[in-house]
Amino acid sequence: MMKTLFTADGLVGLIFLFNLGVTIIGGLVACSAERLVRAVVGLVVCFVGVAGTYYFLNSPFIAMMHVLIYIGAVAVAISFAIMLAAPEEKKKRGPSGPLSGPAGLITALLLTSGLVTLAFKTEWTSFKKINDGTVKTIGIQLLTNHSMVFELISIVLLIAILGALVIARGGRGN
Amino acid sequence: MPILTLYNHLATYLVIGALLFGMGVYGIMTRRTLIGMLIAAELLLAGASVNFMAFNRFTAPDPALGQIFTLFIMAIAAAEAAIGLSIIVAFYRYYKSIDTEDAVHLKG
Repeated sequence: MMKTLFTADGLVGLIFLFNLGVTIIGGLVACSAERLVRAVVGLVVCFVGVAGTYYFLNSPFIAMMHVLIYIGAVAVAISFAIMLAAPEEKKKRGPSGPLSGPAGLITALLLTSGLVTLAFKTEWTSFKKINDGTVKTIGIQLLTNHSMVFELISIVLLIAILGALVIARGGRGN
Repeated sequence: MPILTLYNHLATYLVIGALLFGMGVYGIMTRRTLIGMLIAAELLLAGASVNFMAFNRFTAPDPALGQIFTLFIMAIAAAEAAIGLSIIVAFYRYYKSIDTEDAVHLKG
């Protein structure tokens, strides 16, 4: 057991287990921390783990984009929103609805166990790869096969940014 | 030595995706603030992306397609976060709170 740990494959497996732990712990902090600032930090830790998972799935490009977009943009935007609009002193306590507390936990556990059972019970068939999936292939496919979706995503992002500016600007100066 | 070769199985990644999805569902149902629900929604999208990337690596014939789909999910998540956070800021200006129970103006 110790012998296989000190080979290249064994070390990769160890790093994967560490990465898995980082993802799970970060996610647990993000969904259950009492203070929102801690939840955002947990989200960042979880996303570092998810980026490592993408690296293990042969996509360093997607891992980099994940770090760039989620940690560099989304987490920073959420922490700005917490600074602008989350008063800690006026926080209410207690359950917020019928689904919070045990019912929510049971629903999430049922859903997760169902998905895990599905993952293990199904016989997944794999197909022969028709290309190598490098960044070059992704770029060629984005501008040929998926160019329509690419343009639509650009328009959606433009409209989302304009809409965010308009919504957040209204009511200023009161 | 099965535990050190976990990274080479499809089911491992599907379990990671399911766990992230479950944590997102739990967060959405138990959070009482809008920002907390938005953080949980990001976890949901990350779980879906991990599933796409896992099938892309292990089963799909075209390994570029899942990566492109994940890029689109990231773009939509960024747009969702921008719109959601600006709505939360506007909501806070109006109600002086981000609690979901305080949004009662449209309640019948």
